[in-house]
Amino acid sequence: MEKEAEIQLARDLMAGQPEAFDRFVEHFRAKIFQYSWLMCGHREDAEEVSQETLLRVFENFNQLRQPERVRAWVLRIAKNFCLMKRRRSQFAPTQELSLDEYMPALDRDGGHVKLQIADWSSLPEDRMLRAELRRILDQAIARLPDTYRSVILLRDVEDLSTEETAQVLDLSVDVIKTRLHRARLAIRQEVDRYLKTKEGSARASRN
Amino acid sequence: MPHGTEECKQIFATLSEYLDLELAPDACRQMEAHLAGCPPCVEFAESLRKTVALCHEYQAGEMPGPISQSARARLVEAWQRAVAGNKPSGD
Repeated sequence: MEKEAEIQLARDLMAGQPEAFDRFVEHFRAKIFQYSWLMCGHREDAEEVSQETLLRVFENFNQLRQPERVRAWVLRIAKNFCLMKRRRSQFAPTQELSLDEYMPALDRDGGHVKLQIADWSSLPEDRMLRAELRRILDQAIARLPDTYRSVILLRDVEDLSTEETAQVLDLSVDVIKTRLHRARLAIRQEVDRYLKTKEGSARASRN
Repeated sequence: MPHGTEECKQIFATLSEYLDLELAPDACRQMEAHLAGCPPCVEFAESLRKTVALCHEYQAGEMPGPISQSARARLVEAWQRAVAGNKPSGD
């Protein structure tokens, strides 16, 4: 669902229109579940966070002053419930990602300089992610330290603005930008490894 | 400009801001001037752009189970109570 449709649903709900209710619940329940599953790591926790978040959202629906920010508002509530879950179960160790480890090495062949990265032109850009590639992304996202994972989920997967992401996570815009860039680099590196493996096996099958 | 210079490192550090159109105009001009003469940086930027596109399309394999009638009923009740309290008077 596009953001515009989502905002309209929020407006309809504020006006008390019952036909918007189930669409809103279905849409946001899936979103909250995805975010909390990827943040908490447990299906039961994600189910609970989805219900607790939606309940809090509806209890406070009259406080949603800006329907155009409904996605950020809902995800902020979900984030807070996720934090409570995490305190109760395990607390994943946090770790800083450094830029240097993601700068690709170079092949210098005479005067010709080539990056040691895979051929990304083989990557399909269509909307349907192949199952294999999705698994790679699942793993790459799961491997990120929490502090980076939350940023890339909100900013790139959920398409919040940098400013909205900063508000949801109570961080400065600069911190969001730094973490987002490193999280993207880490994911890029994992996809790159996957593409290289594919290139390697394609070469092997030709030989 | 041979790749691997200090400028490449600087470019590398701000690529996401460039892709997100959040780079200040001066830095953006510097980035574009650099990219115009540095094919490896262009190749890397392109792979990062595709990474962002993949994240935009990403959906986790797990989906929530269907909502129970009692859970739905609690949500409806909360929503109706909130909206009833929100009606402007005299409307």
